[in-house]
Amino acid sequence: MMHNVGKKIKHTQDKWFLKVGRGLSDFLIYIGKISILLGETIRWTFSKPLVKRKHIFSQMAKVGVDSLPIVFLTALFTGIVLALQGAYQMQKIDARAYIANLVSLSMLRELGPVLTALVVAGRIGASITAELGTMRVTEQIDALETLATNPIKYLIVPRFVAIMIMLPLLTIYADLIGIMGGYIVGVFKLGIGSRVYMNMTFDPLVIKDFLTGIAKSICFAALIGIISCYQGFATEGGAEGVGRFTTFSVVLSFIMIIAADCVFTALFFFAF
Amino acid sequence: MIEINNIHKVFHGKKVLKSVDLTVQTGETMVVIGCSGCGKSVLLKHIIGLLKPDSGRISIDKEDITKMDEKQLRHLRMRFGMLFQSSALFDSLNVAENVAFSLMEHTDLDRKVIMHKVRSCLSLVGLSGIEHSMPSELSGGMKKRVGLARAICVDPQIVLYDEPTTGIDPIMADAINDLIRDLQDKLKITSIVVTHDMISAYKVADRIAMLYEGRIIEVGTPNQIKNTSNPVVKQFITGAAEGPITHREAALEEN
Repeated sequence: MMHNVGKKIKHTQDKWFLKVGRGLSDFLIYIGKISILLGETIRWTFSKPLVKRKHIFSQMAKVGVDSLPIVFLTALFTGIVLALQGAYQMQKIDARAYIANLVSLSMLRELGPVLTALVVAGRIGASITAELGTMRVTEQIDALETLATNPIKYLIVPRFVAIMIMLPLLTIYADLIGIMGGYIVGVFKLGIGSRVYMNMTFDPLVIKDFLTGIAKSICFAALIGIISCYQGFATEGGAEGVGRFTTFSVVLSFIMIIAADCVFTALFFFAF
Repeated sequence: MIEINNIHKVFHGKKVLKSVDLTVQTGETMVVIGCSGCGKSVLLKHIIGLLKPDSGRISIDKEDITKMDEKQLRHLRMRFGMLFQSSALFDSLNVAENVAFSLMEHTDLDRKVIMHKVRSCLSLVGLSGIEHSMPSELSGGMKKRVGLARAICVDPQIVLYDEPTTGIDPIMADAINDLIRDLQDKLKITSIVVTHDMISAYKVADRIAMLYEGRIIEVGTPNQIKNTSNPVVKQFITGAAEGPITHREAALEEN
């Protein structure tokens, strides 16, 4: 009896280890494939003849210009909420002017880069995966190859470069709009003087605060760009597959953005 | 000349091609027939280097393409045109941009010269005045013909057709067959057509090869194929529901 129970436990343990091992090996294979695609993308970005500028500009318009309204709304409301939540605490110790600094620091170091990346991952990352995935299942990517055109160079490089340029710019835009949201609450609702608010916003900031946010947004851009393009190229299984790979692309991008943010914040906190 | 020697390909443990041998002479139209899912399109993708065989050799004019690197393959593909089963037109480009794609990407030709070439290719496939239409505005037959115009726009020496008449009405299918034959007569290109449409096969073929269970089991002129004694080929070309193909499938399902 005891012998049988022991055997059963051993069998369950083996199955569990097998499952974990398989999951880990799948994860490592996935990381390997994405790294290879990233390497290829960087190689094709700089290999001559360079990608035509019009392809990059049209992607920059899609990633950047078309995202301005949604980034504006997200950043504005975030700035307003931050100021209101700050006021809830600061009013108790009569330190309302510090709301300005709280908003600017939070936006520059954390919320500007992270929220903008999440918005772009949801809006642009999904659209890239769905577009490339549809091209994959309708043989358009094969057709590109038969027309002697490298699909990485023609499809991935313009999208990757566009995200790498536009996400940091959108982040700066989000920082400014967020600060404006805080200003609206601070000046028009809480009665802080306009000059005082602006001084309290910018005086305590140091260049490191700005640069850490930009460094984060560059890293997030690379993650969104490569995950969404990889998922698009790996799509299989028709229309259902496009939906499945697009969902996974967005979910993975979100998780990776939050995880990378955690690593970066810890790194900047302890190392610099 | 295209020579395929002893190629093998396995997908997810399933042997799709098992020792395929086939030779296509320069200027010839070879039609490869076979049941759905037997590996015809896979064979076509091997010939243009989209897939690499697990073993075996594919030579285009004595050059082994299985040993070519990416750059050599791209260079080789400039000699090819390919019509896809789904047409595979680029959704984001209009008809003219689709047809002109190769010329725009790989040559320094003046835009006027390119547009002249595009118009002449479109007129060759019987479609004039639709340069600015988007693929989504075209019918299935029109898409196939635009795909064909794109395939011939770079004056290829070899054109591969993947199910050119699938999914279109019989009249349009016949028009496509005429087009393939016309292109063959006018441009003297080597063509490989993959199909399971026997009307199309008899109409366009110089020779027909049958792919079955990963092997070429018979090659011959349309007349030789019509008069074959091979029961598998016979069942396929007559479309009989009873015969060795269906018996084999039933046996496999039982196992």
